[in-house]
Amino acid sequence: MPGKLKAKIVAGRHLPVMDRASDLTDAFVEVKFGNTTFKTDVCPKSLNPQWNSEWFKFEVDDEDLQDEPLQITVLDHDTYSANDAIGKVYIDIDPLLCSEAASVISGWFPIYDTIHGIRGEINVLVKVELFNDLNRFRQSSCGVKFFCTTSIPRCYRAAMVHGFVEELVVNEDPEYQWIDRIRTPRASNEARQRLISLMSGELQRKIGLKVLEMGGNAVVGYLQCFDLEGESGLVVRAIGTACTLDKLSSGSAPNTNTHVHPNTAPASNACNSPSKDGKESPLAHGCRSTHNSPVHSACSSQRLSQNFSVSVPTLIFTGMGSGGSAGKEAGPLKTLLRQQTQTALEQREFPFFTLTSFPPGFLVHVGGVVSARSVKLLDRIHNPDEPETRDAWWEEIRQEIKSHAKALGCHAVVGYSESTSICEEVCILSASGTAAILNPRYMREGCLDIGSTDHRFEEPSPPSCGFCHIPYDELNMPFPAQLTYCYHCRRQKVPDVLFTTIDMPPEAAVTGKGCLIQARLCRLKKKAQGEVNATAISNLLPFMEYELHTQLMNKLKLRSMNALFGLHIQISVGENMLLGLASATGVYLTALPAPGGIQIAGKTPGDLSNEHHILTIQKRINDTITKNKELYQINPPELTEEVVGSPIPEPRQRSRLFRSHSESSDELSELDLSHGKKDAFVLEIDDTDAVEDIHSLLTDAPPPTGFYSCNTEIMPGIYNWTTGVQMFTSVRVFRLSNANLTNQGLNKIFTDLCENLLKSFYFKLRSMIPCCLCHLNFTVAVPEEELIQVAVTAVAMTFDKDQTQEKPADKPVTKGCSETEEQLQFPLELCADSSSITTQTSSKISGVPESTNVSPRAASVDYGSFADRCSTWLELLRLKAHTIRRGSVKTISSLERSSPLPEGRSRSLRSNRSFGGSSVPVVKMTPLSFLPGTRIIKYLGIINMFFIRETTSLREEGGVSGFLHSFIAEVFAMVRAHVAALGGNAVVSYSMKECVLMENPNKNQAQCLINVSGDAVICVIETDQESMPSTINVVQTCSSGADGAT
Amino acid sequence: MAVELDVFVGNTTIMDEEVYQLWLDGYTVNDAVKVRMEGGVLEEFEASADVLLSDTMDQYRTFQMCERLLHSPAKLANQLLFQIPPHRQAILIERYYAFDDAFVREVLGKKLSKGTKKDLDDISAKTSVTLKSCRRQFDNFKRVFKVVEELKGPLVENIRQHFLLSDKLARDYAAIVFFANNRFETGKRKLQYLTFQDFAFCAGQLINSWTIGAVDNMVEDMDVDLDKEFLQELKELKILITDKDLLDQHKSLVCTALRGKTKAFNEMEARANFKAFAFETFIEPCRSDRWTASDMRLYLTHYTNSAHILDTFKHQVVWDRYMGVIKSCIFKMYHD
Repeated sequence: MPGKLKAKIVAGRHLPVMDRASDLTDAFVEVKFGNTTFKTDVCPKSLNPQWNSEWFKFEVDDEDLQDEPLQITVLDHDTYSANDAIGKVYIDIDPLLCSEAASVISGWFPIYDTIHGIRGEINVLVKVELFNDLNRFRQSSCGVKFFCTTSIPRCYRAAMVHGFVEELVVNEDPEYQWIDRIRTPRASNEARQRLISLMSGELQRKIGLKVLEMGGNAVVGYLQCFDLEGESGLVVRAIGTACTLDKLSSGSAPNTNTHVHPNTAPASNACNSPSKDGKESPLAHGCRSTHNSPVHSACSSQRLSQNFSVSVPTLIFTGMGSGGSAGKEAGPLKTLLRQQTQTALEQREFPFFTLTSFPPGFLVHVGGVVSARSVKLLDRIHNPDEPETRDAWWEEIRQEIKSHAKALGCHAVVGYSESTSICEEVCILSASGTAAILNPRYMREGCLDIGSTDHRFEEPSPPSCGFCHIPYDELNMPFPAQLTYCYHCRRQKVPDVLFTTIDMPPEAAVTGKGCLIQARLCRLKKKAQGEVNATAISNLLPFMEYELHTQLMNKLKLRSMNALFGLHIQISVGENMLLGLASATGVYLTALPAPGGIQIAGKTPGDLSNEHHILTIQKRINDTITKNKELYQINPPELTEEVVGSPIPEPRQRSRLFRSHSESSDELSELDLSHGKKDAFVLEIDDTDAVEDIHSLLTDAPPPTGFYSCNTEIMPGIYNWTTGVQMFTSVRVFRLSNANLTNQGLNKIFTDLCENLLKSFYFKLRSMIPCCLCHLNFTVAVPEEELIQVAVTAVAMTFDKDQTQEKPADKPVTKGCSETEEQLQFPLELCADSSSITTQTSSKISGVPESTNVSPRAASVDYGSFADRCSTWLELLRLKAHTIRRGSVKTISSLERSSPLPEGRSRSLRSNRSFGGSSVPVVKMTPLSFLPGTRIIKYLGIINMFFIRETTSLREEGGVSGFLHSFIAEVFAMVRAHVAALGGNAVVSYSMKECVLMENPNKNQAQCLINVSGDAVICVIETDQESMPSTINVVQTCSSGADGAT
Repeated sequence: MAVELDVFVGNTTIMDEEVYQLWLDGYTVNDAVKVRMEGGVLEEFEASADVLLSDTMDQYRTFQMCERLLHSPAKLANQLLFQIPPHRQAILIERYYAFDDAFVREVLGKKLSKGTKKDLDDISAKTSVTLKSCRRQFDNFKRVFKVVEELKGPLVENIRQHFLLSDKLARDYAAIVFFANNRFETGKRKLQYLTFQDFAFCAGQLINSWTIGAVDNMVEDMDVDLDKEFLQELKELKILITDKDLLDQHKSLVCTALRGKTKAFNEMEARANFKAFAFETFIEPCRSDRWTASDMRLYLTHYTNSAHILDTFKHQVVWDRYMGVIKSCIFKMYHD
């Protein structure tokens, strides 16, 4: 009995009128946990009842605490008939189970009803008292922290990254149980919500156990998904990366520098210098993108026993020479390296990581994208306790991924994710990631005391290009590719293009800005049943994959870029079509060669009219490329040609030793380099389809001036974010006409749909210019035969236009030293940083005493933040108090005396609160792992919510649009309320993982399911604390900054 | 082939003030799109008509969802559904409760009943304010009327606190409530030249001086109903007219004071019938005789002051309370 859960119901407000006669409500509340239920008194005749109940106490196992939600039901008392339910609130207790997260849940929660939506609010207080559990065989995993964030959370350092954890639980879907025929839609929806809540609690607990087994204490990049398999059941599955995280002591918390890169400074410095000799050549391998993700499509069912796999070397069209032949000397050491790291990794079944960005030094090389898909026939889950079939399916796919990674010479997969698409009884399972070589340091026990062995694996090459260098053996390339020497360090081989699923490493050097690149594809298929259908789909898949890659490649070239980050390919299955959508952020990596242009070739060269046609197209393409170069400011340093002359620009002698006989190969690649521009990539126009394709290439409109877009966390090439943030979700459903549609026609419709969505965003957010849409996450679905649904969640962030021009200019110059890294990865500090630079210079000129520069600087920090900072004041105060304490060592008592100021502020804060007792705290939301201009000081726990909304009065609610609009707004409201109740003021890494809409306008009905997740955090406005420990001036800055904030 | 569903929801609710105004003005989505297109948003931002339509629909939906909250503005501040920055909330409310002078002029002093509501289409036709907008404004009047009806305390303050309106708008609403409650007819042909602001001013004066609230500030309806005692006392002022002696005395005093100060004196003398000031009997003739505003001011000042000199006139306090309001109202109303 290791836990006591206590709940108190304080009050309600804005309740709906339940008694028409009196226009009032006699409300009371039932509080339920597990099988125990408590009730409050009835508060008669009030729409704003004050219950002020006693503390309801539940004595429960921590196992239950993890699985069960606290269920609060608000009812209207009725003397004569059954009490009417007003609505419910489910509260996930999990954040309270972890000592480092929230300690109390207290606040106003929307009372939610699956039929009526939000109906008033209720104020609740929840606490948990945990007793130490001495049972070694415990089933609970309280205390394991979960993060949706796919990087090491900001106020932690990774002591160790253990690796992949996965789990899935299955159950019957209440919606499909026989009882559903007789119960009300409300009861059915609630049963479903409750079940899923239970299942995800259980799932989380089980994953937690695995983490504890591995010796970790946290799961990062936690990705939980639901498969609504219909008749055959309900699957909840999750993957994540187990880590051991150390909380950065609160003392260092204000110091952003340390927590930003916990591992770099001491570790890599220590091992960098002695190891140089050994390192250069052993890793003399470049990297090669594998959009070549050898696609494996397996189709299996009980009867359909043969598994067939198709490998699609997507790069066949490159037709380029297959690189140089250097690298023999790398052999022995490379093998050694591989052996060493593999021992570390291969103990694990799957060396997968759901992270997309990493502590510096973690990622050594990137191979390319690996992906696998498999088509399965669903059958009823007979025994929910044995989810083996599903497990086996995923196991199969993961094996596939693992072997792909191996083929790329990589021992690990990063940026790994899994997804499904289900239509009737066919299910496509997909997994994808980026093959990579990781620094084993993070994966071994006691990794922090670096042994001598580690040194040789240290990556010596500048971090700004190291990850691009090929990890595989040049002689044994998994696919044809053109290798050149790295344009950045000139020492190792790089591929001509690089595709990855991860965020761009912050230390990477880029030229110009990036942009969102999407490939969109529709394929019609015949309606079919069972195996025939499954076979048809799996036959189509490789072609789709191939075409998507071709499109991506073309669009990349058209923008004159050479690398894709955050690549996400979604293939969605419907009854009569397959939809494919690939999104990624294209960039020009300085380390990679400049992409050649696109050459159009006709099939019949003799035909004059055709020739002319081709010429015009060619011209358009060339024009577009030029325009794009300008648009994205891609003007790579022209040093290439000159430098090429000298085989290896400044090739430290040591590497020469190893490279002695690879000189010849250098010459070879020299040739490659020199004609880097001429080997344009040829597109053949041999039929109308090809013409269409080219047209569709050119239809992508660039974002209007002042806008940028990307699907990664932040836009490569923009570093000076300001504080304007607008997260949004948009859903569009398009009904196809019944006409005979061709693939081409469909493609056009689909492309237009996506393009128009983007245009809409630009228009709506025009007031934020200059701004960038970040983390644009498109999800496509085919909910019904003639419907295409696209759902997008993204965040628009403002940035300072003026500074952008400066940054790229001096950027290529700085060779990815740790300072730049920090600037890159945490652009939010940059504002303050650079402004401090300017103020310093100005002070030098004017000779103003330092303390005065401080104020403009502080002002610049809060300038532009339109959010209500009220809730962050408290934190700021604490922080300030803290700084003062710290500072006081040096600082003299004058500062101590200045303490009345913060006190006064806290008073004003309180009064503000009491005044604003009625006003709602602002909660910001973002799909990114941070909020620009702020610093996360505490993670309060994971938010994982599942809602169902149904209506039988669709028209009255404004049609499907009205229905969904209010539902999404309600979901946001509930997320915000939960975060605020945990004491947070923001949600980071927010995502809407599921949005399933079913409508039946004829019956005036619709139903929608939404699943969202994210991390609740407390963040404070960023003041320039990074320089704080050093001077007393800064302490003053800090307080004046706070002044500005008030 | 059509967009079946199209929604955009921001964490911070996005609202375009221009679209909000169009919505308030009762434009349909299509009309609003037209207006916006003519407004040149498109050229400004290289967007297509589809984009504009989608945006307008989204915003209209948002406003419709907000409307419920705007009916009790205090709720807007502590509801959880829409995250709207406080200054935006203020704009939303202020604009929602704003009204067209042309419309209010028609409704002023009428009973805010269903009957009047039925006539709204006529008013809409007459004022060329869309029916939808008329309804909104009418419902606003009615809502404010209903809420403050049952409240104690000063009228303007109540309106301001309950509807979170600016001082100016709250005063206007107070006037509307006052007129509606007392059914002062403002629709007469002779009064047509007066604007709502003229009436609002008068209402303000009446509320400040003539209502129960002017004497006692903790009574229900204190600012809406005229002080009955005061009205009783007013009857006693009639002595000025009924008592021949007093009337003559007063008249001569006024005339003496005015003599030589104005050209229009002769007329004034004739005109000065010293009856209780009803609108038609005073302002109307004066207007037709083209008194200047300063003449009017002069005349009234002396008229008031002279009464104080009359020894036999005992009701000085009531007289001041009466004339103070009358004076300022007449000043306000006396224009072209």
